Amino acid sequence: MQARRVTMGGVLVEAVLFTITAVLGVAGGVGVIAARQPVHSALALLLVLMSLAVDYLLLDAQFIAVLQVIIYAGAIVVLFVFIIMLLRTAGEAPRPRAAPSMGFAAVLGTVMASALVAAATMARGPVAPVDAAYGTVQQVGRALFHAYALPFEAASIVLVAGMIGAVALGKRAHVVTAASGGAAEPTAARVAGTAGGTRR
Amino acid sequence: MPAPFYLALSAVLFTLGTVGVLARRSALIVFMSVELMLNAVNLTLVTFARLRGGVDGQVVVFFVLVVAAAEVVIGLAIIVNIFHTRETVDVDDVDLLRG
Repeated sequence: MQARRVTMGGVLVEAVLFTITAVLGVAGGVGVIAARQPVHSALALLLVLMSLAVDYLLLDAQFIAVLQVIIYAGAIVVLFVFIIMLLRTAGEAPRPRAAPSMGFAAVLGTVMASALVAAATMARGPVAPVDAAYGTVQQVGRALFHAYALPFEAASIVLVAGMIGAVALGKRAHVVTAASGGAAEPTAARVAGTAGGTRR
Repeated sequence: MPAPFYLALSAVLFTLGTVGVLARRSALIVFMSVELMLNAVNLTLVTFARLRGGVDGQVVVFFVLVVAAAEVVIGLAIIVNIFHTRETVDVDDVDLLRG
């Protein structure tokens, strides 16, 4: 990962790769927020994540790039697609009036993007030289287990809490379904919703 | 490629995520927009880590990944529960804390 100045026919390979990933990433980002179907949003999100993984490689962060592909593209997007298939929602229902938040979001987005890009272009400074071991699993893992050992353990607690919470949330729906004899309010709503066949 | 290009890409992605959270009504797409914002921040962290030559920013990205995974699992479980009781994932329709 030390080949910082790879040229091909006088053109910096890094510049070409960055341009491609930037275009793909922005296109995917627009696709996430503009797609009508949630599945299309998930696929656009996948495009953003993969192009960002290439950017991480360009920034000498091999370990983060691999994590990006495994965790984000391999786990989170798949989870999104699972849930979308499970819910079978056919996009958003058209509203009689335009959402009032649309104009606000457009104005805020324009202001925010120009401010952030202006701030980003002011970031000047020398790029620190790094050796070939920078960003490898060994180096990041060493920092993780020495300087950041306590946050690392806290992260495992967060993950366990997430798993237990997901199981508890999923369990409650089953209990409500099984105890259909009682006149519990969620049960009534659920029966009415499924009997009516009003699934969009 | 100098750092401002990476930071500008991150800024654009973060703004797209913000607009998605504000403008879309499907809870699933709102969640994906939040993921977009998290990824933009990750790109900024990796860029600054590369600028400084340190590895701390990449460690923080690791923790962001952990929190994002937990957040997605819990959030999607809540969305599934809401869909089972109310037959909708529209955030405009889910406006009662005790529905």
